[in-house]
Amino acid sequence: MSEAVVRKTPGRHKVLEDFADAIQRCVRCGACQAYCPAWSAGRREGNVARGKVAVAAAMLAGELGRGAELEPAARQDISLCLMCGSCTHGCPNDVPTAEIVGAIRREVAAETGLSAVGVGVAALLGSKTLMRGVVAAGAALAPVMMEKVPESSGLRLRFPLDRLPVVGERILPAPAGKNLFARLPERIEGQPGRPKVAFFAGCAITWLYPQIGEKMVEVLVRLGCTVYLPKGQGCCGMPALSSGDGPLVSRLASANVRAFMPLDVDYIITACASCGGGIGEYYLTMGGDPAILAKKVVDFTVFLEEEGVCERLAALPRAVKRQKVCWHDPCHLKNRGILAPPRHLLAALPGVDFVEMEGASRCCGLGGTFSVHHSEESGLIGEKKVEGVQACGAELVATACPGCVMQLETSLCRAELPVRAVHLLELFGEAEMAALADD
Amino acid sequence: MSGLERRLTALVGRDRVTTAKTDRLLYGFDAGRGRFLPEAVVYAESAEEVAAVMRLAGELKVPVVPRGAGSGLTGGALAVHGGIILSLARMNRILEIDTENLLAVVQPGVVTAELQARVEKLGLFYPPDPASKEFSTLGGNVAECAGGPRCVKYGSTRDYVLGLEVVTPAGEIIHTGGRTLKNVVGFDLTRLFVGCEGTLGIATEITLRLLPKPEAKKTMLLFFSSIDGAAESVSAIIGARIIPATLEFMDRATLACLRGRTEIDLPEDCGAALIIEVDGRREWLDGEVARVMAVVAGRDVIGSVVAETAEESERIWQMRRAVSPAVRAQAPDRFNEDIVVPRSKIPQMIRRLEALSAESGIPIVNFGHAGDGNIHVYILTDLCEAGMEARVDALIEQVFAAAVELRGSISGEHGVGLAKARYLAMELSPETIAYMRTLKRALDPDDILNPGKIFLRGPDDE
Ligand SMILES: Cc1cc2nc3c(=O)[nH]c(=O)nc-3n(C[C@H](O)[C@H](O)[C@H](O)COP(=O)(O)OP(=O)(O)OC[C@H]3O[C@@H](n4cnc5c(N)ncnc54)[C@H](O)[C@@H]3O)c2cc1C
Ligand code: SF4
Ligand code: SF4
Repeated sequence: MSEAVVRKTPGRHKVLEDFADAIQRCVRCGACQAYCPAWSAGRREGNVARGKVAVAAAMLAGELGRGAELEPAARQDISLCLMCGSCTHGCPNDVPTAEIVGAIRREVAAETGLSAVGVGVAALLGSKTLMRGVVAAGAALAPVMMEKVPESSGLRLRFPLDRLPVVGERILPAPAGKNLFARLPERIEGQPGRPKVAFFAGCAITWLYPQIGEKMVEVLVRLGCTVYLPKGQGCCGMPALSSGDGPLVSRLASANVRAFMPLDVDYIITACASCGGGIGEYYLTMGGDPAILAKKVVDFTVFLEEEGVCERLAALPRAVKRQKVCWHDPCHLKNRGILAPPRHLLAALPGVDFVEMEGASRCCGLGGTFSVHHSEESGLIGEKKVEGVQACGAELVATACPGCVMQLETSLCRAELPVRAVHLLELFGEAEMAALADD
Repeated sequence: MSGLERRLTALVGRDRVTTAKTDRLLYGFDAGRGRFLPEAVVYAESAEEVAAVMRLAGELKVPVVPRGAGSGLTGGALAVHGGIILSLARMNRILEIDTENLLAVVQPGVVTAELQARVEKLGLFYPPDPASKEFSTLGGNVAECAGGPRCVKYGSTRDYVLGLEVVTPAGEIIHTGGRTLKNVVGFDLTRLFVGCEGTLGIATEITLRLLPKPEAKKTMLLFFSSIDGAAESVSAIIGARIIPATLEFMDRATLACLRGRTEIDLPEDCGAALIIEVDGRREWLDGEVARVMAVVAGRDVIGSVVAETAEESERIWQMRRAVSPAVRAQAPDRFNEDIVVPRSKIPQMIRRLEALSAESGIPIVNFGHAGDGNIHVYILTDLCEAGMEARVDALIEQVFAAAVELRGSISGEHGVGLAKARYLAMELSPETIAYMRTLKRALDPDDILNPGKIFLRGPDDE
C-alpha cells in the first residue's frame, strides 16, 4: 500500500453520551467488587466499577456537574481506576467501565487541564501521597533517564518528573544506553511465503527494556518472518488515555497510522500487553484509520502459538536444571481473553516448570498513571498479588507487559521476597531460539 | 460541615466520614430497585466505632443503616428515612480459624467466598453459597440468612452461626451464643439476629461453624421432556431418602434463554432440566449416581450428562451461572421473586406459575433450588408499556398468594427489606406481626436502626 492510499479518517474519541446505553445496562448487582482491584484497596463504593458507573449515570442525569463542575469527590472516584477492564470481564452485562472512565477523564481534563484528573484530586484530599510525590521531585534517577525520552511518550506520564515516587519505592530499570531503534534496522527481510509483520515496540521496550525488543525481533526473524520496525512509531497512547489527554491520544494515533499503514503487513505484533490494549483495543473504539490498524494487532503470545512455537519448544529435551515459574496475566491480555497461549508457551519452555499461582489474573496495581497518583492504593493491590506468588513457591514470575514487570518487581522487593519478575521473552535463550528456525 | 458530619468526624476521624453529594448518590442504592439518599456515609473499622455511632445516632435521633456489600435484592441497605449509611466493608479480617473445634471467627465485612477459599485450603468447608458469594459479605449473609444451592443438604446461613458480637440499637456491645455446638443458657438470641435484616442489631463479629470438606463430588445434568417429569423427579429423589448436595432446576423458558450461551447441547424438545450434585466419599459416589438414575428413570428423561472430570462438572455449573444474565437480557425490566414451597408441592407450584403467566400474558421464567423448594420466579416485562406496572403488581401478588396457599413463603432467601414489606400480611398473621413489632419497639423505641424495613409502618403507629 502506498502513502496515497492511506485514508485520512483520524477517528474520534467517544464522549460520555456515547455510553448512555452501556450505563443503563448496569443493574448495580455489585458483582464487579469481586474483580476490581481498586475496590480491594479501599472498599468504598466510589472505588468500584458500580460506583463509577453511578457517577456517570448521575452526570448524564444532571445530578452531578459536568467537566470542570464535577464534584471533587466524584473526580476522586474517577481518578481511582486502573482502567484495567477487570470489572467488565466479570460483569454479567458487559458494562465497559474503563471506557466510561476514560470518557469522563477526557471531559474533565479538556476543561480543567490534565493535572485535575490525577494530581488535583490528590491535592484535594490533602493526601500524604501527594506530598511524598512532591518531596521526591528531586529523585536522582529520573531526570537523567527521562532526558532521552520524547515529550509525547507515555513514560513521561507514568513517571512525570515532578511527581516521581520516592526513590527506592519503585524499581525502575536503568535507562538503556542505546534505545531499540538505534540497535536494529527498520526492515529485516524474511523467507518467501512467510508472514510480513511489523513490531510495535512501545515506550517501555524502546527506552527501558530494549533487550526484550531485540528478543522479540530475533524470534520473529528466526520464524522466517519479514520484520518491520518503523522508526516513525510512537507511544500507543495508553498513559495519555489514562490521564484523560484525548488530543495527545489522537496525535499519537495519527503518527502510528502514518508509520504502519503504508507497510501493508499481515500483522502488527506487540510484546507489551498495554500497548496491545491501546493500538489493538482503544483504536477500535475510535473508528476510522486507527480502527483499521487495530484489526491487524496481535499479541506475540498468540502469534507464537499459532506459528507452532509451543510444539517446537516442547520437542526440545527438558533442561536438567529448571526454574519454577508462575504466570501473571496482564489486564490487557486477560480482557482480550488471552489466557491460554502464554501458559502453553511457558509450559513448553525446556528450562521452566510452570506453576499456576492463585490470583494470576489479579491486577498488579500499576494501571497507567494510577500508581503515581495513588501510590498507597497501588501498593496495597501489589501486596495482594505478592501473596499468590509466595504461596505457589515460584522462583520467577513471568508476564508479557513491561509495566507489570516493573510493578511486580517493586511489590516483590517491598515484600522482601527472593523472587524476580521477567518478561516471557527473556526466558528465550539460544537453545529456544535455535528451535524456532526451520530444520 | 454540618453538625452531624462534625460529630461523626469526632468519632471516627475525617477520612471515614463523607457527606459529599457524590457519595450520598453512590450509597443511595443497592442491588434492588429503590433509591434513597443518606445524609452521611461512615466507614466503620471496629465494634467500638459502630457502638459510638449508634449512641450518637440515638442522641440525635438519626437513622442508621448497616451495609455490607450492597448486594441485597430487597432494599435492606437503603436509607429509606435518610440518616447514616454505616459501611462495614472495611471490617474484613478473618480473625481465627480453629481447626480443632471446626469454627471460624470473622469480622462482618469478610466476603463469603474469601472465607470459603481460606478454610478449604485447610480441608474444611463453609457450605452456604449464595450466588453472590464472590462479593456479598458474611455480615450481610447473616442479616439476610442467605442460602444457596447447597441448602438442600447443608442448610442456610442460620445453621452455621454459633455466636455473634452485636451492637444494639442503644449502642451497647453484647455477645450471643459462643464457641460450642450446644448452648442453652438464656434465649437463643443468635437465631433472633440471623435474618433480622439489620433492624435489631449490627453484627460486628461472627463465629461460624465449619464442616470437614467433602472428599469428592459428582455432577449430573438431566433433561426432561416435561416440567412435570422434572418436578416429580425432585420429589421422588427426596422420597427415596437421597439428599443430594445440590438439586437445581430450570424450566423450558430458562433453557430457551440459555441456547447459544453454553457449550452444552440442549435437546430441542427439552421441557426442563435438573442439575444434581452428590458429594461425599469418592468410592460411594458412583453408587449414589446410579440410585438417582434409577429413581428418575421413566419420568420423561430424554437425556443425561454425568460429569466425569472437574472440567465437565464446571461446564455444567457454567451453564447454571449463565442463567441469571441470560434471563436478564430478555427484557428491559424484570422482577426476581424467590418464593419457596414445601418440596413436594413443586409440581403444583410450577403448574400454577405457568397458568398465571398464560392468564396475564406476561412471560415468567422459573429456575432455582428445587431441592429445598426455593423457586426463582423471574417476571419479564417492559414497564414502559402503558398499564404494565399495575399488571405486574397484580401478578406478583398472585404468585405470592399461590406460594402461601401451598404453605410456603414469599421469600426463601432474599428477605423482606423494603421490597416485600407490603406483602408481609399475606404470610404472617396480625398477631405474629404484632409480636415482631413489639420486639422491635422494645429494643429500638426511636426506630433508629434500619427503619422502614420489614414492616410498613414505624413502631409507634399501630
Ligand atoms: C447477583 C446476585 C445473586 C444473589 N444470589 C443470592 C442467593 O443465591 N442467595 C441469597 O440468599 N441471596 C442472594 N443474593 C442477595 C444478597 O447477595 C444477599 O442477601 C447477601 O446476603 C447480602 O449481603 P451484602 O453484604 O451485600 O449485604 P447488604 O446488601 O449490604 O445488606 C443486606 C442487609 O443486611 C444488613 N446488614 C449488612 N451487614 C450487616 C451487619 N454486619 N449487621 C447487621 N445487618 C447487616 C443491611 O442493613 C441490609 O438490611 C444475590 C444478590 C445478587 C446481586
Ligand atoms: S458487575 Fe456490571 S452490572 Fe453489576 S454493578 Fe458492576 S458494572 Fe454494574
Ligand atoms: S477498570 Fe479496573 S480499577 Fe477501574 S473500575 Fe474496572 S476493575 Fe476497577
